[in-house]
Amino acid sequence: MGNEQNTFRVVGTRPVRPDGVDKVTGRAEFGADHQLPGMLVGVVVRSPHAHARIKSIDVSAARAVPGVLAVVTAADLVDLPSELSSGGEAPINFRHVSHNVIARDKALYEGHAVAALAATSTAIAAAAAALIKVDYEVLPHVIDVLEAMREGAPLLHPDLFTTGVTPTPTTASNVAGVTEFALGDIAKGFAEAEVIIEREYTTQPVHQGYIEPHAVTATFGADGTASVWCSSQGQFMVREFCAKLMGMDIGQIRVIPLEIGGGFGGKTTVYLEPLALALSRQSGRPVKMVMSRGDVFKATGPTSGTHVKIKLGAKRDGTFTAGEMTLKYQAGAYPGSPAFLGGMTGLTPYLFEHAKATCYDVVSNRPKSAAYRAPGAPMAAFGVESAIDELAQQLNIDPLELRLKNAATTGMRTLYGAKLPVVGYVETLEAAKAHPHYSAPLGPNQGRGIASGFWFNIGGPSSAAIHVNEDGTVEVVTGNPDIGGSRASMAMMAAEVLGIDFAHVKPTIGDTAQIAYSFLTGGSRVTFATGKAVIEAAEATVLQLCGRAAKMWKVEPYEVEWRAGSAHCTRVDDTTRAPVTLAEIAHQAGRTGGPISGNVSINAAGAGPGFGTHLCDVEVDPETGSVKIIRYTAIQDVGRAIHPAYVEGQLQGGAVQGIGWALNEAYLYDEKGCLLNSGFLDYRMPVASDLPMIDTVLVEVPNPGHPFGVRGVGEVPIVPPLAAVANAVSRATGVRMTDLPLSPPHVLAQLDRAKTAG
Amino acid sequence: MALVILQSDFARRYTGGQTQIEVNASDYRSLVAGLERRYPGLAEQLSLGMAVAIDGEIFQTPLLEAVGPDSEVHFLPVIGGG
Repeated sequence: MGNEQNTFRVVGTRPVRPDGVDKVTGRAEFGADHQLPGMLVGVVVRSPHAHARIKSIDVSAARAVPGVLAVVTAADLVDLPSELSSGGEAPINFRHVSHNVIARDKALYEGHAVAALAATSTAIAAAAAALIKVDYEVLPHVIDVLEAMREGAPLLHPDLFTTGVTPTPTTASNVAGVTEFALGDIAKGFAEAEVIIEREYTTQPVHQGYIEPHAVTATFGADGTASVWCSSQGQFMVREFCAKLMGMDIGQIRVIPLEIGGGFGGKTTVYLEPLALALSRQSGRPVKMVMSRGDVFKATGPTSGTHVKIKLGAKRDGTFTAGEMTLKYQAGAYPGSPAFLGGMTGLTPYLFEHAKATCYDVVSNRPKSAAYRAPGAPMAAFGVESAIDELAQQLNIDPLELRLKNAATTGMRTLYGAKLPVVGYVETLEAAKAHPHYSAPLGPNQGRGIASGFWFNIGGPSSAAIHVNEDGTVEVVTGNPDIGGSRASMAMMAAEVLGIDFAHVKPTIGDTAQIAYSFLTGGSRVTFATGKAVIEAAEATVLQLCGRAAKMWKVEPYEVEWRAGSAHCTRVDDTTRAPVTLAEIAHQAGRTGGPISGNVSINAAGAGPGFGTHLCDVEVDPETGSVKIIRYTAIQDVGRAIHPAYVEGQLQGGAVQGIGWALNEAYLYDEKGCLLNSGFLDYRMPVASDLPMIDTVLVEVPNPGHPFGVRGVGEVPIVPPLAAVANAVSRATGVRMTDLPLSPPHVLAQLDRAKTAG
Repeated sequence: MALVILQSDFARRYTGGQTQIEVNASDYRSLVAGLERRYPGLAEQLSLGMAVAIDGEIFQTPLLEAVGPDSEVHFLPVIGGG
């Protein structure tokens, strides 16, 4: 299949999503909706301390409460060794995952689970939970990344020694690891510079903010096998993690994915699932557990707070000579921040002959960080894109022209070594330049910010099955939860290959027993990788359909061609065999060899990287420091938009989440390390009334690694907004903003400081 | 011979600072075997937590991927996502 423009019949159209009506009418079944007969209510007892040794846990009083049928502590999960294993999105230390699910020796953050119980009612469960006595030895805590790195800081793990440094340290540290990337000779690059910008930036940890809290129902069968119903970004991930933590075989657990009310990376690990399984195993009853919003904020993964230092060198004509990043990222309670991904992405939009990144992964007394769209990239991009804006001002060069002068192109060597495949970054900059937004006049106290961003996008294992029904309708089964409209895209790609109407294709998300393994939904991989599997399954189905037509016509299969949903006989001068439709072949399937289906499992390679450029106009109230977004345009190379409306939605959603990160969102702690704003009233995410319509421009530079040219699109749009907003505020006020969030008090303080200084 | 290019930080720890290594290999598996013969223990480091870019294309779980005589090979951390 080629990448020719305008040759598609279904791809590029905007049909109504198959899951839409159920979702807007309340019929869709989300995590908390699942019910089973005899189901118990599970609750978690959480640490009230940011850092404490658990001296003992007495569950006897709780266990004695009538209606309490199970109580579990860390002793009920396998005590796993500390070692890296493959699993999830990256090599994982399952000991850390297990300890994050339920604390074993120490509670490492407020909200860390220490025990769980199941009872016949919510009231009984809550009353019994209050009777669990945990004897804590409260320890000093540390939250801030720089504080955690200081010598003498409270130590979270006495057995944590910094990796990636030589010689191997002999004393424990909160710095879990250091990763370095280098290209060329950084000293030479700065020596060649005529202008150098060096600045420090900070970002706060922010939560993914998914609307649906974590929820699970688990039950054990009499044969020792278990079933789990939950909303997650990967039913196979949940199965694997639970098997590991529970000491079970993977084949003993079936995970049934329910609808997911947002994930954004935050549902790529487990929290409640192993506890529900342990409670169900002990009680012999199904157990349901649902987090409150407070639990979500206190115990599930935000992304890292960071300290970022950027140094850029350039010639007076704007040519970049060197770029250096020092990135310090909070990992939360256990190692594994995305600092290295910041190091791999921050400078990638630009050609640097000499570049370096040093990335620190630092533990602190906060929930273990989890992935959040383009993990690690927005924070590094905030620093780099802010420094570029300042450089443009110093050099008196238009910020778009400065980016164009240095823009990454196909074949450019990146800081992480590899050369870029076909990319469309320049095209996004040109689209930004041509957009009316860029030349629109600005009023008093208004400013315009520009920023760009990069994300790799990934492929990986995916499976798809296509079943042709007797009447010619088609089922498409895949193994990836639909977090961004992927059902529609899967059905559209199948319809495109099969040559039938979208309305005749029904997409379904299979459970772990219904479809072969598929890596989780994340990394902007599903439309690309699972879509590729769907296309191949549809092509396999077409081969079968042609074979059946050949049998019906008594010709050879090579004499049959599939066009526009029908088999055509290609035998020369044969006019006796009229084309037969898919429905006609399906109707005869029982007589020509049985049901028709295509099953494909692949490890998809060829993911196409993505670049985006955002334009942001703000108005700043100099009396209050309040920032209003007055216009915003997100431009991105999307390869090929299968369903443009959902691609635009991805760009808009990413932009809005990034705007929240830039303007409002932050965790507020008291002096004991306890969270003060664990709800949406005090943790301020943007709502529709805060924002203008987010305009989008889809640039289509097809990815040659996909039959239709698809690139992942979900990660890139959250990378530019932090700097786009900060650059706009900096230009509106004439004061460079380097610390997020740009809340009114902070902006006002910066304006006052600038006035005092000068 | 395929050219393996290592990050200097990685090379300092595992190859005595050698950042560019020529290896005669037809696929990823034989390339890693060739590296292991020259730098014992390196294969273990590459087996966990490292993806590979062969001529710019990134493979997260490599084994049988083809390596050409003029290929350029980089090792990099496995990339996750949200």
